[in-house]
Amino acid sequence: MTAILTRIQRGNPHPDNPAECGTSGDHLAALESEAVHIIREVVAEFDRPVLLFSGGKDSAVLLHLALRALYPAPLPFPLLHVDTGHNFPEVIAFRDRVVADLGLRLHVAAVQDWIDDGRLTERPDGTRNPLQTVPLLDTINEHRFDAVFGGARRDEDRARAKERIVSLRDAFGGWDPRRQRPELWSLYNGRHTAGEHVRVFPLSNWTELDIWHYIARRDVPIPDIYYAHPREVFARDGMWLTAGEWGGPRNGERIVTKSVRYRTVGDASCTGAVESTAVTIDEVVTEVATSRITERGATRADDRLSEAAMEDRKRDGYF
Amino acid sequence: MAGLLRLTTAGSVDDGKSTLVGRLLQDTQSILVDQLAAVDRATRARGGVELDLALLTDGLRAEREQGITIDVAYRYFATPTRKFVLADCPGHVQYTRNTVTGASTAELAVVLVDARNGLVEQTRRHLAVMAFLRVPHVMLAVNKMDLMDFDEPTFRRIESEFAAVARSLGVPDVVSVPVSALHGDNVATRSVRTSWYRGPTLLDHLEAVPTGREAVAEPMRFPVQLVLRPRTAEHPDYRGLAGQIASGVLVVGDDVIALPSGGRSTVTGIDTPDGPVLRATAGQSVTVLLADEIDAGRGEVLARLEQQPRVVTELAADLCWLADRPLRPGARVLIKHGTRTVRAIVTALTGRLDLHTLHHTEPPASLELNEIGGALIRLAEPLAVDSYATDRHTGGFLVIDIADGNTLAAGLVGSRDAA
Repeated sequence: MTAILTRIQRGNPHPDNPAECGTSGDHLAALESEAVHIIREVVAEFDRPVLLFSGGKDSAVLLHLALRALYPAPLPFPLLHVDTGHNFPEVIAFRDRVVADLGLRLHVAAVQDWIDDGRLTERPDGTRNPLQTVPLLDTINEHRFDAVFGGARRDEDRARAKERIVSLRDAFGGWDPRRQRPELWSLYNGRHTAGEHVRVFPLSNWTELDIWHYIARRDVPIPDIYYAHPREVFARDGMWLTAGEWGGPRNGERIVTKSVRYRTVGDASCTGAVESTAVTIDEVVTEVATSRITERGATRADDRLSEAAMEDRKRDGYF
Repeated sequence: MAGLLRLTTAGSVDDGKSTLVGRLLQDTQSILVDQLAAVDRATRARGGVELDLALLTDGLRAEREQGITIDVAYRYFATPTRKFVLADCPGHVQYTRNTVTGASTAELAVVLVDARNGLVEQTRRHLAVMAFLRVPHVMLAVNKMDLMDFDEPTFRRIESEFAAVARSLGVPDVVSVPVSALHGDNVATRSVRTSWYRGPTLLDHLEAVPTGREAVAEPMRFPVQLVLRPRTAEHPDYRGLAGQIASGVLVVGDDVIALPSGGRSTVTGIDTPDGPVLRATAGQSVTVLLADEIDAGRGEVLARLEQQPRVVTELAADLCWLADRPLRPGARVLIKHGTRTVRAIVTALTGRLDLHTLHHTEPPASLELNEIGGALIRLAEPLAVDSYATDRHTGGFLVIDIADGNTLAAGLVGSRDAA
């Protein structure tokens, strides 16, 4: 039995208090049940689902929920990582460990491959988050995936706040917010024609704090860099960036060693760390609960570009 | 940890709904520093001076450009008592479908009225939609009271007018609050400018309103989502029915029937990834084990023998039509109810709800976008249904376009069988 499944079974069982995981329980239990319901609907109705797994905390929670939704049956679909190449080694190691432990199938769509054969061009600023869209869509087409699970949350961004739980994408992967299907009760309409697919967001109604509470409650494994650790960093745009082979430090940017942790893990060249001493899950929860800055505001340079940066990326087919 | 309340807002254009939502978020400390800074930048970019809280919620380019809310936006805030999921719905007539979307999952609706204008056609329409979808609690927020010098008679007049409409629609116990979303009066903090008002603030009521249901009193319904058959070395013969309890309470030992197939069995176990439980209640996602291998796959509903849903091949239903193309008798559609989707023909339209008079008209020739009306529907295969009036969770269905798969209507199962 693998580490994660052992943890699921060990979990925090409440056999005497079944309400613990229903609407009569707390809000986290209600969110968990909702996500499990969504995942099961999609597994039942779609031929070729795939789950986007970056190794970040949201995708770790999503995977954990998928395992719970289908337990004791094994996961019937593969994972997909759209790899920017700008990785935190700890996150890639975590990703590979999870895949190996659980015996899962993982597809990796590496942005670098698309750059190497000319399908993509490196951006002048060197960041690769926006470059993930083309490899994502190409891989969806190649494998004829018809449902793509993602860990996006509505609280992350104004455009995401308008997203459906089951969201239709046209043959070009595009999102048209004005033509979204009404989503009524808990009836999800995922009907699509050949070439179209749906994106599915079981964590839609979760907030960053819910994710952390859930990681604590269910003992969900996540990469170590979410906890405070000493790291060589340099300051840019008001964030602490990791010194590395991509983009930094540049002239005048001084490397210092700080106790930091990550609130999000994305393209390492533009994902910032926050100063922190939180080394346990409880300390992280406390820190997140009292933070006065959103996780994207604190850590993502690319989302500061414009008011509608996320909407524009989503229209093009981004996560 | 606290419970969860799903709510929705409805109001006409310029009633200040986005401002009210912004105020709720701000006064519950749900807006963080960088979000406020972004709103501040956006306000200034548009030549504004005072922080425009509407810019927090109007997230799409078109919304910001036109200064209107187009699509439902979901917002999250929390107090020590509760977490709130708010479906923020646009007020335009043409976007009634979004109000329906928000109301379908809401346990409480906040209807906004501009104190200067009183009830308008939109107010009646929104209230009718809330009544139609049986949102359990409706709250009236009389906004912009600051522009009426917090005048009590103004508030009382709107309150009683609203209550009368609510009564005629069968909406129980409306709570009315005089507010100024712009200045925060009676939203999260009690206003000193409405000393004549003794009721709760808006947030007080959101925290106090009862949530959840009397699950014990409801008939148990368990729509089967899928059958889990691991066939692994560890679980070679496991066969579990995965689903979410839609209503009521399921207990190990219950004698159940799977409908529409009609197979009977006994519940021998209820599994969760954390181990077995003896009972499960509405809202819980679980896996059910039965004594017999009956036909109970996806699309079947488990019910207790003594509390069965109706199995029908003809439906009398109310539809809220959400598509541009009108509905005419003879239309071939798909009906998605619970975990089952069946082909169907709309054989007749039986009436249209006139939202001005709130009466049903004679059978119309067609049902147009945003109209609500009665219909008779013949099903290619049987469905196990409850009337929506009895159970919001098993009485609703989708009408889906066979060709392009779009959702055409919200359907509510009527309280009696089709003739």
